[in-house]
Amino acid sequence: MSTAAEAHDAEDQGHGADHGHHGPKWLAHHFDSGAQQFEAAKLGMWVFLVTEVLMFGGLFAAYIINKSTYHDLFVLGHEHLDKRLGALNTVVLLFSSLTVALAVRSSQLGERKKAGTYLLVTIACACAFLVVKYFEYSHKIHDGLLPGRFFAGAGMPKETHIYFALYFMMTGLHGIHVTIGIGLIFWVWLRNQRGEFSPAYYTPIDIVGLYWHLVDLIWIYLFPLLYLIG
Amino acid sequence: MATTDIAVPAAHDEPKRGLSYLEITSGLKSWLLTIDHKRIGLMYLGSVIFAFFLGGVFALLLRAELLTPGKTFVDAKTYNQFFTLHGTIMVFLFIVPAIPAALGNFFLPIQVGAIDVAFPRLNLASFYIYLLGAFVAIYSIITGSVDTGWTFYAPYSTETDTNVIPMVAGAFIMGFSSILTGVNFVVTVHKLRAPGVTWGRLSLFIWSLYATSIIQILATPVLAITLALLIMERAVGIGIFDPKMGGDPIMFQHFFWFYSHPAVYIMILPGMGVISELVATFCRKKIFGYKAVALSSIGLALVSFLVWGHHLFVSGQSEFATIAFSFLTFLVGIPSSIKVINWTMTMYEASIDLKTPMLYALAFIWNFMIGGLTGIFLGVLSVDVHLHDTYFVIAHFHYVMMGGTAMAFVGGLVYWWPKMTGRMVDERLGRVSWALIFLGFNLTFFVQFIMGARGMPRRYYNYLDQFQKFHQFSTVGSWVLGLGFLVLLYALVQSLRSGVKATSNPWHSLALEWQSPSPPPLENFEAPVVVTHGPYDYHLVKTTNT
Amino acid sequence: MGAAGYWLYKHRRRPGDEEKLAKPTPHSTAIEVFWSVGPLLACIGLFHWGVVSYMNMRVAPGDSVQVQVRARKWAWEFEYANGKITDQLYAPVNKPVRLIMTSQDVIHSFFIPDFRVKQDVVPGRYSTLWFQATEAGTYQVFCAEYCGDSHSNMLSKVVVLPPAEYDAKVNEDDTKGVPLVDIGKKVYEGKACNSCHSLDGSPRVGPSFKGLWGKTEALADGSSVTVDENYIRESILNPNAKIAKGFQPVMPTFQGSLKDRHIEGFIEFLKAQK
Repeated sequence: MSTAAEAHDAEDQGHGADHGHHGPKWLAHHFDSGAQQFEAAKLGMWVFLVTEVLMFGGLFAAYIINKSTYHDLFVLGHEHLDKRLGALNTVVLLFSSLTVALAVRSSQLGERKKAGTYLLVTIACACAFLVVKYFEYSHKIHDGLLPGRFFAGAGMPKETHIYFALYFMMTGLHGIHVTIGIGLIFWVWLRNQRGEFSPAYYTPIDIVGLYWHLVDLIWIYLFPLLYLIG
Repeated sequence: MATTDIAVPAAHDEPKRGLSYLEITSGLKSWLLTIDHKRIGLMYLGSVIFAFFLGGVFALLLRAELLTPGKTFVDAKTYNQFFTLHGTIMVFLFIVPAIPAALGNFFLPIQVGAIDVAFPRLNLASFYIYLLGAFVAIYSIITGSVDTGWTFYAPYSTETDTNVIPMVAGAFIMGFSSILTGVNFVVTVHKLRAPGVTWGRLSLFIWSLYATSIIQILATPVLAITLALLIMERAVGIGIFDPKMGGDPIMFQHFFWFYSHPAVYIMILPGMGVISELVATFCRKKIFGYKAVALSSIGLALVSFLVWGHHLFVSGQSEFATIAFSFLTFLVGIPSSIKVINWTMTMYEASIDLKTPMLYALAFIWNFMIGGLTGIFLGVLSVDVHLHDTYFVIAHFHYVMMGGTAMAFVGGLVYWWPKMTGRMVDERLGRVSWALIFLGFNLTFFVQFIMGARGMPRRYYNYLDQFQKFHQFSTVGSWVLGLGFLVLLYALVQSLRSGVKATSNPWHSLALEWQSPSPPPLENFEAPVVVTHGPYDYHLVKTTNT
Repeated sequence: MGAAGYWLYKHRRRPGDEEKLAKPTPHSTAIEVFWSVGPLLACIGLFHWGVVSYMNMRVAPGDSVQVQVRARKWAWEFEYANGKITDQLYAPVNKPVRLIMTSQDVIHSFFIPDFRVKQDVVPGRYSTLWFQATEAGTYQVFCAEYCGDSHSNMLSKVVVLPPAEYDAKVNEDDTKGVPLVDIGKKVYEGKACNSCHSLDGSPRVGPSFKGLWGKTEALADGSSVTVDENYIRESILNPNAKIAKGFQPVMPTFQGSLKDRHIEGFIEFLKAQK
């Protein structure tokens, strides 16, 4: 064990830790520097995104297994989805990913007003996504294309309901994430308007942006899996 | 090698100190809204001790019911609820959060020399999420209870008339608490280490918590989605798990154990970390093979994801999968045995101080060895076919969890109690409780190995007469065990009321947390920390007064 | 490994004085490699042995006697090639027997401790198990997967007989020449009616049979029915058609596993429960 040698290394690094600092308002008391705080937040968000991927991973696994069992019924079920609406939503979300990235960039450059505009556009896209989803859902509810006991799809074998069960679980969980995303983006928009961000501190916009990219990414997988099979 | 010599201040050189984290503010609000990791840790500690008490009461009730075959004092349905509640409370409310969320929350930041965890508000949120989950789970107990077993196997769990949904929802919510704690710990270890706290100087407790956090982050979301699917299956019949709706019940078991097997390591790894601390401190010696012990934690965490199928050896999964899972299961034995052998080797020619925490550490090593070796039995495919779902499995699990993790939890609690509260636990009471708990535990569970090997299936309300003497023996053991915990509880309460005031370093440890006053100040240390030696570098100590 | 561990700490504890330091044990890669690789080799050996014996357990010989097994809450049912149905499993001695098992409700597990075999019985799919009994005798069967209230009463027996006796048993008509009420009693015990329906008036999962005959039973939907032959027959074959008030619709159907003469016998048996 080379602890003694490491002791020297550590002393060389010795970045003068000053816990009694009075840094800027946004710097939490338990961090030494803004860079440390930013890195911590970013790492935290990435780790959290890993958990999100695994959560959806469970649904993807359920999807894959059931699709191999009931392949024909999945094809039958997917014909009742509207590919055009799905594609529209894909474009809307992709665009919102772009705007949120631009918002991060603007706040890095200190362009507060621009950042605010980009955030609002992102929120608008997210709402548009949910509105389209609402029309898709109500169409399915009207046709009785529902999971489990509520399934009343005309001319379809009983087990087709599993496709719609997965459809509603996957898009529903994704929809919840979109809703939470709207709340988060609205929150950073408010803070942006209050002028809390600067090129030195824009961490919340950055990590909310990361989250939003993941929400977008998951949809990129959901769209072909649900709308474009067979 | 020894370029740095460590001068240990003599015991009477107490550092001057200001107000501790307990004194700095007061009032209910200062606790409920605190973002101090130490207070959050204490609130967790109170909650998990309460959960342990509740789960323990159910354990004693179900052991008492098993005194005679057939009805002793409750009917079958009530008995089934007893073991379900015992399992769910002990697993989700006690053992998963016990060491990481209570002791870990308190000591992880201190051991890396930080002021707090990376995200203090998230930490508080995760405590309240835990409480919310606990309340939802307890709500299900009050409104009709649950009789599925803690594993919630479909399709029984989708068709029983008991109140499954709130219990599952409670476990679902508590999962998020676990995830957030894991995220917090990983980031804290990566980003908040004080100058001089290199990866090679992290305590083994931190290494184990780090490995635990990785599992919490990777496995818990899968449990969350599994439980969500189960809730939907029960509510609307989505046909994923229920064969009547076109689903596959074996898939539930795969999903469930993909989380719940790694979860077993969420439970045991922190216990192993505590034991490393105890063994080093009370042997006054560097842990033999520090790197091997640290890496074996990470190794266990990784292998734990690949062995879930060993819960399904007789479920009807393919023979090929079964064989592969069996092989991977054996790999778990290697890092575990590395740890046990290295602890034992640390004791070789050591100066062992048999204080209460060390006694618990020895109990851990003894019980874990039995638990681990019987695990090898269960990994052998053809042997498992016979032992699966018998009392043998129950005994194995309790030897690792109760005899392992719970011992480590109690040992760690007594060890760190002076740091947390500023008072010592009475040594005599501590030893009495240890003797009763160790004896009672082995009385209760060893005989269950014999019962299981003779074919006594688990979760049996009624049983054949030939098993009665074993069951009675086990039940009497459970009373000794229960008494031991009561003595321990008394010792803790007595310490709070009139315990001897603790010095900053009553055990003469080199670990970082003992270099701060007992109890520590709000920001953990009186002065900024710069670390120049590892937590176990006893060989570098310059002895001053001998 | 266990003995060595115990030995080490038993002999090395030295309650030394407070300040005394331990003699450091030098790091030894050789030792660590030794106790990492040693257990690994031992484990691989055990694994190999486990797999070989497991594959022998899984692959049934081609000339096995086949028996269908059906599990339901909370009884086992065995059907032989000739259509005969029994509540205990009859098996010939020294001949391999292969069971093809399925469940009608939740997961059960078929466990014969004396033969060291166990296999889950899953609804919606078939699982198999085989054994070869080497001695005539009676052996215990357990359900090993938790399945509800009477899980611990879901027991049966394997009766291993010499080949001639086995053939006679499987081909005998056990209802011929037996009084109806005795057939009914056998049905009541063999199909585990007793795990839900008591004879002493205390309600369990279902209503007690004591004094049930001829009674006007209130139903869950508010109507009522007189307990007569047709109601009993319907309740056996289509149990969820009429649910007695205060009980859950949880009874499995016995369609196909009871012949008419069994049902008639059961009705007589019920009449006798006053």
